[in-house]
Amino acid sequence: MKSLTKRPGNGSRTALAPYSLWAMLFIVVPMVFIAYYAFTDNNFQFTMENITRFFTTVSNVKNPDGSVEEVRTYLLILGRSLKLAVISTAVCLLIGYPLAYRIAHARKRTQKIMMTLVMIPMWMNFLIRTYAWMTILQDAGIINNILSKLGLKPVHIIGTEVAVIIGMVYDYLPYMVLPIYSIMVKMDSGLIEAAHDLGCGTLSVLRRVIFPLSLPGVLSGITMVLIPSISTFYISQKLGSGKFFLIGDAIEGQYVANNLHFAAAMAFILMIILLLFMALIKYFTSRYLYGGNAK
Amino acid sequence: MKKVISNILTGLVYVFLFAPIVVLLVFSFNGSKSLSVFSDPSLYWYKELLKDRNTLETVRNSLLLATTATAIATAMGTAAAWGIDRLRSRWYRTAINTVTDIPMTNPDIITGISMMLMFVFVGRMFGARNSLNFWTILIAHVTFCLPYVILQVLPKLQQMDRALPEAAMDLGCTPFRAFWKVELPEMLPGIVTGAIMAFTMSLDDFVISYFTSGTGFETLPIRIYSMTKKTVTPKMYALATIIFFITLTLLLISNAIEDSDDKESRKQKNAKND
Repeated sequence: MKSLTKRPGNGSRTALAPYSLWAMLFIVVPMVFIAYYAFTDNNFQFTMENITRFFTTVSNVKNPDGSVEEVRTYLLILGRSLKLAVISTAVCLLIGYPLAYRIAHARKRTQKIMMTLVMIPMWMNFLIRTYAWMTILQDAGIINNILSKLGLKPVHIIGTEVAVIIGMVYDYLPYMVLPIYSIMVKMDSGLIEAAHDLGCGTLSVLRRVIFPLSLPGVLSGITMVLIPSISTFYISQKLGSGKFFLIGDAIEGQYVANNLHFAAAMAFILMIILLLFMALIKYFTSRYLYGGNAK
Repeated sequence: MKKVISNILTGLVYVFLFAPIVVLLVFSFNGSKSLSVFSDPSLYWYKELLKDRNTLETVRNSLLLATTATAIATAMGTAAAWGIDRLRSRWYRTAINTVTDIPMTNPDIITGISMMLMFVFVGRMFGARNSLNFWTILIAHVTFCLPYVILQVLPKLQQMDRALPEAAMDLGCTPFRAFWKVELPEMLPGIVTGAIMAFTMSLDDFVISYFTSGTGFETLPIRIYSMTKKTVTPKMYALATIIFFITLTLLLISNAIEDSDDKESRKQKNAKND
């Protein structure tokens, strides 16, 4: 019997060795390099300049009324990225939650088909998907062609924040639907029936039973949408007609201009923000889901 | 009434999800150059695509890269999953799991930038002018494919009855033979779906490739990126349509494998309960 409990360790480290080494070299060490580049200058001497540059660079922007205002360039870009990402995440939640609910309550076979249909668009190259949206939303694009055929007034969407949000919601909606759906499908329908039997209305069942139970899915959906939408580049270049520079675009721009140290500094700051955000989500998860009265 | 409204709203979401896909498919058959006015159906752009040497070259590059990266990631990832499953050191296990999570949670742009910085630094140490090439993009692809393989294979091992390989050895199998005859077949569905996921991820990746490829090696998504900087013709759509159907087929195959595997394990469970 002794050998039974002992044997499973055999060879495990040998089998793991190549991956451990690989992960160390190509996952952990590169992270260190971001910090290293962020805090050094071109001669690899320590400097805070890249970080202070991010917070202090100023530029002038023209307001719609013609007045000129001085702004902190990169803080403005960061703020805009956060704003658009938060709005897109909220829209994804507003569309994704009811959709996940609807799918989870369909027949088993229908569920499978509906989920596959949600995932399929992800398998079209993201650059081309975004480009296709551009041709749909353009002033002389498909929507306006249809509108004019119907004798309606054209709409101007391309080059606005709305267009960028449409692009982000489109690209990341499946990431919201998937985790919420998988938690709703496992939900014990007995609990819902019990709540009904005990006199809960449909709305309060939703508020007091279904929503709290689906919260882990919601939180992971929010994480999975917010992270790529904060850091995206390309979407805003195409759908925002280059008017809404986001932090991802700024990092790419510095890379193209070969300012690697400043690009690293921005990536470092973005990483810190995301880490804080993940810590916050973790805190909420443990505090409201598993803390206190729950098991 | 409520049901009707909910059906209509659900339908609208699906219209939203499929609008660009339909636009792409339809306009790839457009007889004219326009991407917003459809004139008459034709295969003109598919023929044009076959004449475009440069684009076909990047397709070949992408396939070469995806195949190599998938082969390496699948071998290394399967070994790693097998090792993680048998690991007794709790500390080591936590460390490995945390590190495996990093490429999954980090935004692509950070993964891409971080590797690029390291490659450039190491390249400079050796005095190389241009340190980004096929090998750097291959390393990057293997790195982001590995977690997908591990996360597919690991559950299969955890579901497996641990006594099985032991029983095989008690009955006279060498450890290697026990692995080959007992453990590998258990892992196989996970290995195949993991490999397919890795392959499609590698084929589709733009952001990480963009930062780690330099000028020497152009993949298809990078080519698409530089093409969308100028005006795009329906030729690009024709290409996207073809790739879309190839990935879709691969995915349906991997779904079917998962399904039959599920049914199998359910059958076994039922048999046990009987």
